Amino acid sequence: MTQTDLSWVRTEMAQAMPAPAGERGLVAWVRKNLFASVGDTILTLLGLVLVALILPPIIDWAFVQAVWTGPDRTVCATIAQGGIQPDGWSGACWAFVNAKFGQFMFGRYPLEERWRPILVGILFVALLAPLLIPRVPHKGLNAVLFFLVLPIVAFILLVGGMFGLPHVETPLWGGLLVTLTLSFVGIVVSLPLGILLALGRRSRMPVVKTICIVFIETIRGIPLITVLFMASVMLPLFLPAGVTFDKFLRALIGVSLFAAAYMAEVVRGGLQAIPKGQYEGADSLGLSYWQKMYFIVLPQALKLVIPGIVNTFIGMFKDTSLVYIISMFDLLAIVRQNFSDASWASPQTPASGLIFAAVVFWLFCFGMSRYSMFMERRLDTGHKR
Amino acid sequence: MGFAQKIGQRAQTTEKGLRVMKHIAIGILAATTMGLMASAASAASTLEAVKAKGFIQCGVNTGLSGFSSPDDKGEWKGLDADFCRAVAAAVFGDGTKVKFTPLSAKERFTALQSGEIDLLSRNTTWTINRDTALGLNFAGVTYYDGQGFMVNAKKLPGVNSALQLSGAAVCVQSGTTTELNLADYFKANKMEYNPVVFEKVEEANAAYDSGRCDAYTTDQSGLYGIRLTLSSPGDHVVLPEIISKEPLGPAVRQGDDQWYHIVKWTYFALLQAEELGITQANVDELKASGGPEVKRVLGQEADTKLGTDLGVSNDWVVNIVKAVGNYGEMFERNVGAGSPLKIARGLNGLWTKGGLQYAPPIR
Amino acid sequence: MASQEVLREEPARGSLINDPRVRSIFIQVVAALALILLIWWIVDNTIDNLQRLRIASGFAFLKGRAGFDIADSAIAYSSDNTYGRAILVGLLNTAIVALAGIITATIIGFMVGIGRLSNNWLIRKICTIYVEVFRNIPPLLVIFFWYFGVLSVLPLPRDSIELPFGSYLNSRGFYFPRAVWGEGAWLILLAFVLGIAMSWFVARKARQRQMATGQQFPVFWTSVALIVGLPLLAYVASGFPLSFDLPKKSTFNLTGGFQVKPEFLSLYLALSFYTASFIAEIVRAGIRGVSRGQTEAAGALGLRSGPILRLVVVPQAMRIVIPPLTSQYLNLTKNSSLAIAIGYPDLTAIAGTVLNQTGQAIEPIMIMMAVYLGLSLLTSAIMNVVNAKMALVER
Repeated sequence: MTQTDLSWVRTEMAQAMPAPAGERGLVAWVRKNLFASVGDTILTLLGLVLVALILPPIIDWAFVQAVWTGPDRTVCATIAQGGIQPDGWSGACWAFVNAKFGQFMFGRYPLEERWRPILVGILFVALLAPLLIPRVPHKGLNAVLFFLVLPIVAFILLVGGMFGLPHVETPLWGGLLVTLTLSFVGIVVSLPLGILLALGRRSRMPVVKTICIVFIETIRGIPLITVLFMASVMLPLFLPAGVTFDKFLRALIGVSLFAAAYMAEVVRGGLQAIPKGQYEGADSLGLSYWQKMYFIVLPQALKLVIPGIVNTFIGMFKDTSLVYIISMFDLLAIVRQNFSDASWASPQTPASGLIFAAVVFWLFCFGMSRYSMFMERRLDTGHKR
Repeated sequence: MGFAQKIGQRAQTTEKGLRVMKHIAIGILAATTMGLMASAASAASTLEAVKAKGFIQCGVNTGLSGFSSPDDKGEWKGLDADFCRAVAAAVFGDGTKVKFTPLSAKERFTALQSGEIDLLSRNTTWTINRDTALGLNFAGVTYYDGQGFMVNAKKLPGVNSALQLSGAAVCVQSGTTTELNLADYFKANKMEYNPVVFEKVEEANAAYDSGRCDAYTTDQSGLYGIRLTLSSPGDHVVLPEIISKEPLGPAVRQGDDQWYHIVKWTYFALLQAEELGITQANVDELKASGGPEVKRVLGQEADTKLGTDLGVSNDWVVNIVKAVGNYGEMFERNVGAGSPLKIARGLNGLWTKGGLQYAPPIR
Repeated sequence: MASQEVLREEPARGSLINDPRVRSIFIQVVAALALILLIWWIVDNTIDNLQRLRIASGFAFLKGRAGFDIADSAIAYSSDNTYGRAILVGLLNTAIVALAGIITATIIGFMVGIGRLSNNWLIRKICTIYVEVFRNIPPLLVIFFWYFGVLSVLPLPRDSIELPFGSYLNSRGFYFPRAVWGEGAWLILLAFVLGIAMSWFVARKARQRQMATGQQFPVFWTSVALIVGLPLLAYVASGFPLSFDLPKKSTFNLTGGFQVKPEFLSLYLALSFYTASFIAEIVRAGIRGVSRGQTEAAGALGLRSGPILRLVVVPQAMRIVIPPLTSQYLNLTKNSSLAIAIGYPDLTAIAGTVLNQTGQAIEPIMIMMAVYLGLSLLTSAIMNVVNAKMALVER
């Protein structure tokens, strides 16, 4: 018996082979992601048909055929409608948006005073941007400036009537100015109010608890329109004779209270998620109720519910469009009001104006939701397993 | 221990911070409230309150051309807006001392009842219900109107009477007497119709313009105004039928006779001025050269107390006419020949010219 | 022993301010007093204002003649009916649009939500774009988009688009034939009810049998046969008592048939599409909340992908989905009040008209609040029952 050593040990790595041709490149990707099975193929084809049906007309209408500048309705109407476009023409009338842009932004805010809202807008962005970027230092000072100083400065600038600035009445405000003012004040007021309501709802004092529950559930059970109706039609009857509020202030109160009730429920969700041990730990350190909440519970709870809070903000931003019910002119309302301007009335005007408003709203809401996702990831300090 | 102390210390400083912040917050809140709250103290008298704040708060339509609508510069134009200016001129001697509150049909009465506005001059129909159950006082009829219909003659050739509208979809604004008259009219004539009801004039206009309705109904003067804003005004005709009486006028709250009288007599003064031929152009001249009646009306009689008894200055009529002209001028400028609406005087002519406008004597 | 007694006899030293119990009672008394004072102040002001302005009050106006017409009404209504009935019409309209919207939004939402998790890249992208677009614009804009952007550019009645089965589409809405039931039609209804009852019975029996023996029974197809077959049989047996009232063109509009008005259509479509984008996100989160192990384990047991989804994944996902779904249903119901912007006569619109015609502001708004609260509570109650049925039954 001769013994031969049959064992063979590979001493070097085998050459890695490229993936089979069918598994890489564009073809494979297409096959895997679009045509994996018969059902998939049908779905893909249906999707393609859908895209082919929707996309080209939209691009054609919004860009190719669109009118970008022009003095009045004639550029946006066909010959039969009294304009200059050929019959059968259909395209967006961006000229309308162009001509009314100032109104869409500031409403009927006096022309010579428009630098005031613009200045407020610049201040707003200048203070908000460093607040949103995590790396920028001095967050505390920045927050104080943004949440306490800015509102005062903005109030003085926008309302006027002091420091030699002429008074500008709120009925003259309009457009994006109103939308942003309403939502900013709503956010600044509703978050603390919502936290207080949430704490009240979880309080051990039955009277406080009942008051908070009744308030939250009532507000959450009725539409914002009803709340605004109340603010505009009923509130005057609740006040002593001769005392009236500015309509803008009434809308602010309505929107803020409405948002606070929703905020309270979001915050409550966060409070409930904090383990009992945290409360007990704080108690055992001898912290008072407010110290316990401020140092231990709320920082953890609020971090947990950031997506919910931002969603409430987004909801409120969208809901400001309802103030048109009480004859205030936010962005959407002012766009709509301009439809009835005889010098711009054409079949294309409403769609163009509405799409412009939609894009503005969309940019703000989408931005907010993306930022919330970013913060969520950043603050995620290991609660997820 | 050290840790707890640290927390305690931090808590204290923060608490101090919180307290400071609380004070600031309360301050801001108070300032905001003071800034935006127009408190007229105890509203013993509307006139006193108005004089104290220095202007009249006047409720007008959100946008009805000819009656009250903002122009490009945000100035309110129209018959109703000018009436507000006339009252301001009577009270302050200055027609610009007036602020306008645009109101929807729904808001108008509460706004007046609650004291948010001092005067409602918003093409509002005078009815018994509004005088009694709503606590209003109508000061007069600044415009005699009637409800009519408008149709698109191009799309509906051959329709030339409201009685042919059976089965039509009719656009109408909600919460108005118009809506009630419409129901009554079709019921009385045993016709069917589809009401398409909108909250705001703008919405109803847009819907009618887009072809959602066959007919549009509102006060006839309104129809002429709305026709101007449609995309092709020439296609639309106003049908001849008038299906209701719509006396439109300014209204005030009940319980303040003095203010009611000022508004009422402002209206009469406008009529009287036209009757006597007093115009914006010749009022200064007539002050000296006018006949005895003109002089009396203009407050140029010796020891006259006509104005001061009313609660205004004696040359109040001069101020009114200087600010807005007489009723005829106001009419022609806003809705008549001098305006795009081109509405004939008709019922709104003076009683001396076959119309219904008649003022009791100022003496 | 002694020390304990000493402790018991001497309560905590220090002022009353620092006693949490005293403090709690004090705070509550103050809160309650403040609230009572506030309410008293409001009520006092209101009564004073109403009396001073001589505004009528009370609910007597509900019995008054309404005087205005309503375009869409589920129950018989004319301008001679009372304000009370007008408000009831509004309430029913709100309920109809909310219910229809909830059903459609759920269907679209589930489709899009599942589509966002599809392996198909194109479908995934389409669904993502849908969600991101609709979630981030105000519902009011969506309503306007449908009303002014889509439905009002449809042709006038005389050039209606003809659809199959005698239906028409034009700027006045969607018309389709209305079924007119003849004599003996009650038999069909009876058969229908009977079919449902029998299906339920079959399903119960089949379940019992499967539990006992493991044998399955084709419940679904049997039910379909019963629910469709029985009424068909009754239809034949009672001598075809069904005819159709077809829409016909007349001077202004199409007459006859059943008309779905554009106001309803745009509100319904807008609410459905808007809410669906939120439901899609909820469904996606729900399905992703079911761990992969569940799917894999089910696969290991030999279930195919259909049953895995139906029997394993969805029931577990539903537990995560239902609570947020409930709040979306509530939102949809509340958003239906946006009807006022396009003139659909829902509760808010009609209560607003009543408010204006009677001049009484407080009572109609009270009714409005009460009804919306009631609807919210009703929806919550129904969803709670569903939730309780779905909840994990732990041993």
